[in-house]
This record gives sequence, structure tokens and C-alpha cells, in this order.
Amino acid sequence: MVIGGLTPEAIAFGFFTILTLGGALGVVLNKNLVRGSVWLIVSLFGVAGLFVLLSAPFLAAVQVLVYIGAIGILFTFAVMLTRSMTNLRQRFTSQWWSSLIVVVLLFVVLMAGVVVPVWGNARPEDASTVVATTVDLGVALVDGNQFVLPFEVASLLLTAAMIGAIVIARQHEEE
Amino acid sequence: MVPLWMYLAVAAALFCLGTYTVLSRKNAVAVLMGVELMLNAVNLNLVAFWRFQDPLNMAGQAFTAFVLVVAAAEAAVGLAIIIAMYRSRRSVAVDDVDMLRW
Amino acid sequence: MDCINQLAQCLSAGGMDSGLAEFISIFLGVTLTATFPLLVTILLIWVERKFAARIQDRIGPNRVGPFGLLQPLADVVKLLGKENITPQGADKPIYNFAPPLMVASVLLIWAVVPFSPYHIGSDLEIGALYTIAVASIGTLAVMMAGWASNNKYALLGAFRVVAQLISYEVPLAMAILVPVMLAGSMSMQDIVTAQYGMWFMFSAPVAAFLFFISSQAETGRAPFDLLEAESELVAGFNIEYSGMKFAMFFAGEFMHVFTNGVLMAVFFSGGWLGPFAEQAPILGAIYLLGKASVWYMLSLWLRNSVPRLRIDQMMNFNWKFLVPMSILNLVVTAFLLQVIKQAGLGPADAGNFLQNIPQTLILLLGNGFVAYVMLSWARSKGRAARAADEAKKMNAATAASVAVGD
Repeated sequence: MVIGGLTPEAIAFGFFTILTLGGALGVVLNKNLVRGSVWLIVSLFGVAGLFVLLSAPFLAAVQVLVYIGAIGILFTFAVMLTRSMTNLRQRFTSQWWSSLIVVVLLFVVLMAGVVVPVWGNARPEDASTVVATTVDLGVALVDGNQFVLPFEVASLLLTAAMIGAIVIARQHEEE
Repeated sequence: MVPLWMYLAVAAALFCLGTYTVLSRKNAVAVLMGVELMLNAVNLNLVAFWRFQDPLNMAGQAFTAFVLVVAAAEAAVGLAIIIAMYRSRRSVAVDDVDMLRW
Repeated sequence: MDCINQLAQCLSAGGMDSGLAEFISIFLGVTLTATFPLLVTILLIWVERKFAARIQDRIGPNRVGPFGLLQPLADVVKLLGKENITPQGADKPIYNFAPPLMVASVLLIWAVVPFSPYHIGSDLEIGALYTIAVASIGTLAVMMAGWASNNKYALLGAFRVVAQLISYEVPLAMAILVPVMLAGSMSMQDIVTAQYGMWFMFSAPVAAFLFFISSQAETGRAPFDLLEAESELVAGFNIEYSGMKFAMFFAGEFMHVFTNGVLMAVFFSGGWLGPFAEQAPILGAIYLLGKASVWYMLSLWLRNSVPRLRIDQMMNFNWKFLVPMSILNLVVTAFLLQVIKQAGLGPADAGNFLQNIPQTLILLLGNGFVAYVMLSWARSKGRAARAADEAKKMNAATAASVAVGD
């Protein structure tokens, strides 16, 4: 089905792109950091939508679960705990204009690589219609010949991070 | 299907916005948010390349999963550090953490 | 042609453009699955009030319509007529966005609920994960509401939300993993059909218990209603909301309780399975809602007979009892399933009741073991705490008598 020359997929892509980049702009420009974390969540939700379009539904669900359900709320919470500073008098450091130049240059270089097809030369017709499923991902993650070692390392990393976060943020007992 | 370069362009823009947040914002929490945006841009690239280049090899998706793990760990530890810093210095501005500079 | 089950083919056979026909059938499906839970909520309010009244030896709503059935409609009209107040200093966009987000987080779950062999919004291959992911958005809505209200009680409620909802997501997710393991799939339709021979509540009762308790905590209802504790926080996160915005939170909570009943039915008691459900899909929907209602009533019963926990008790219960239990349960079930597979005791035909019995018995034994270990551990802990308490009292008493003796 085609609406106004656009396939539903293209419309969805446009919608999620607006969410992603609009949310990111909100993160950069907002004054109030609680709103900033809401914008961050909007942006990450857009990325989850793009994952669905790229036929990676498992990653999309994990993205929503991890980013919106955990990291977004963690950010909101951190902003509230450091509340007296949510409205810093200055949003940006004094080097905002030099970093702007650097970032714009970076963007130009990246876009040159994408548009003058260095990386992005795969045409849509080339993309294979056979796509690995969630089952394949699950098997790959625990297969001895594939990603079982990184998988275990990741779980170790999570444990270490959890213990580290508790130790750092813990209120020291009265001494 | 939407061509690959469009996904790459979105990821590039997202990465640049994240970089700008990291470089220019004063609040440490906002800096961490910028890092999250950058990690997500990387994820988007990984998944897009996986889909368009080799959709039967799970390396792209598996790496994205690991990046998610790293992002979660980074957010937890980073925010813990910010809260510890707020306790001792009463500030979350990155400029105020200059104890190691003299 | 079957026009109820295959509307799109039916319409395009009637000479309609195939794209348009598909669009109409999808649109109708989305509208139906999204409207149905909202309509059920109106009835649920009546059921809940009547049920609570009977438990408390009252009559309940009985003035508007027969048996007071039209009472919820009167409530809706009243709420519509109320003034929408936005407190001063509130963060307006976030304040206004939180209630619809709350309703949406519950409504989205219905997209993967299988009503019959043919009627499901979308049979995602990650359905079970999707339900957890979407439900976690509700936490965000409560958080936003608590923050944006610019009220200390609301903010306290929001802090408690972070503590409660995020903690109880852990045993919830671990409990869902058990039916996923048993069915060998995360698709909701596969989970239902895998229970053809035996409902999972018989082969995994501990997981069913964990899911029921933690989903009760996820809805924020008694005995876990700390996020709105009337007597401590007055109403917690929704204190500043009035009119239709309050009604959205209210409806979201009611719908969430019933949705949890539906999920209990799908994961643990066979979803739409029942006699003749394949032949007449409408029967499947009736079975599903019937089973969901049983779980819903159980949760109402719990709500109306158990007092509220203290915040530290609630956290202890989660981290020191439910989480270890869910981990132990997961490990034991995974181990036993592998043993069953190696020993060839699993059912050759999953749909056969008799062939399922050996596997179910073994898993049941494993569950009994988990329950016994956890309960005896909790009992010894409780006994030690009580002994310490009594020793302290004894010491105080002797000290007092010594003081009197002097």
C-alpha cells in the first residue's frame, strides 16, 4: 500500500527519526534537566522504533526495558537527588562555540562518508529478505563457538558495576 | 525498504548531538545523557549494518546487546559517582571537580 | 468465506482494493483491542466496589440502575464535570502527559493478548518480553506525575515508586521466564498452545505465585499501595490531579489489575484453551476472560483483606524472599527440564494429558523443594528475630526491676 508516494515503512522511519533527533535536540538545548531526561527517553524510544524497522524486535524490546524502564528512571532520580542544581545558571561551558565547530566538522565528515557512498552503498534491493530470528540470537549468545565468552564477561561486568555503584553511592556510617 | 544510508545519516546526526552535549554542557548528569546518546548512535549503526550486510551472522545484534550492557553499567556507576560528588562538593557542574588540578 | 476471522480477504473478494481492505481490517482490529479494555474497566469499577462492599459487610452501590450497575457511568459524568486544576509551579507538559502515558502503558499490553487461535493483535516472537518492557513505561508515568506536581507528598510517592516498582520487576521477569522455558518460545500464542496438555500453573506453581504477588505489587494496590498510601502520603503521586486526569490514573490502575489477571490466564492457566475453542473462536475469548476474572477476583480478595506493609517490610520481602526464591526456582526448573529431556520423560506429544504427567510430577517436586527451602529459611530467620526481640525485652524488664529494687 502506498500513501502519497510513501510506503508505510518510510512513514514510520520518518516518524521515528523525528522522535530520535528531536529528543536528542531536547537533551542538548533544554534548561530543566528533568525535562532533559524525558527528552532522552523520547529519543531512545525512537531508536527502539528504528530497531523494529530493521527487524531486530528483541533488541527493540530490550531497548525499551533497559533504557526507559531503568536508565531513564535512574537519570530522573539522579536529577531529583541533586535537585538544587537542576537549574544551573549557565547551561553551557565557556567552550560551547569551539565544540560546536568540532561537532559540525565531525558531522560533515560523517555525512560525506555516508552520502558519497563509502559505507552506505548497499542498495535496499541488496538487503536479503532472509533475516535471523530471536532464536538465532539466543543460540549465538550461548554457543561455545560464538559469543558465550563475551556473554559471561558482560554478566561479570554487570555484577562489578552493581557492586561498584552501591559502594560509591552508599552513605558512610557516622564515624 | 528505507536505504542503508538514511539509517547511517540518522545515526551520524544522533552521534554528533551526543558529542555536542558531552563537550558543551555544564551539568554532569547532562554529560552522561550525551554519552547515552552516543552509545545509541553506535547501536543504530551496528544494527543497520547487520541488517543490510549480513543478516544471518549474529555478530551485529550480539554486539548491540553488549553495548546495552555497557551502557547500563556506565549509567549506574556514572550516576553513583555524580551523587557521591554532589555529596562532597554540593555541586554537579563538571567545572567544579578540579581537585586533581592545581 | 469466513468474514469474521478473515475480514481482509473477505473485503477484497468483494471487489475492494487489497491494500485498503487490509488497512480497514487492521484499523478495526486496533480499535477493538484498544477500546475493549477501556469498556471493561467501566464494568470493573462496579465489580470492585460491590466486591469490596460485600467483604466489608456493606451493600455497595445500589441506587443508579439495577443493582447499581450504572453507578460507574454516573461517576464518569461527575468526573467530566469537575474542574481540571493545574497546581502553580507544576511542570505543565510533563504534568499533562503523565496520565495518558499511564493508560497507554497498560493498553499496549493488550496488543499481544491472544483471544483465540486466530484473534491476536500481533503475535510477536518476543511477546512475553514485550509485556514486561511495555509495563515498565508505567513506572515512568508515575515518576513524571510525582515530579511535575510540585508537591512534596507527590514527590515522596514518586520516590517510593522507584523503590517498589523497579524492585518488583525483578521477580516478575524471573517468573515469566519459567513459562517461556516450558513452552520453548516467547510468543504468547505458542505459550498458550504449549499448555494444551497441562496448564503451567500445575507444573510451575511457584512461578505462578511469584508472578501473582509481584504483579499485585506492580499495580500499586494493597498490601503494596505504598505509592499512594492514603494515610501517609494522602494520595501520593496523584494528589494534585483532578477531573479526567485523575480518572485516567484511576482507570489505568483498574485496567492494570485486570490485565494482570489476563496475563496470569495466558501464562499459567491456558489462555483461550477450553472445549471447542478451535471451532468457535468466540468461546476462546470467553474462556480467557473467565479465567482472567478468577485471578482478578483473587487479587481483589487479597486487596480487601490484607493491611498495607511498611516500606522496609516491603523491600525486605522482595529482596530477601521473592528475589532469591525466583532465582532458585529458575535454576531448579531449568535443571529439571534438562534432566527430563535427557531421560526422555518429556511428552512426545505436548497436547496429550497423560504423557505430560511424568514431567509435571517431577517439576512439581522441584517446586515443592523450592517452596520448602525458602519457607523454612524464612521461618528460621523470623524465629531468630523474635528471640532477639524477646531477649531485649527481658533485659529491659530485669533492668527495670533492679532499678525498682534499689
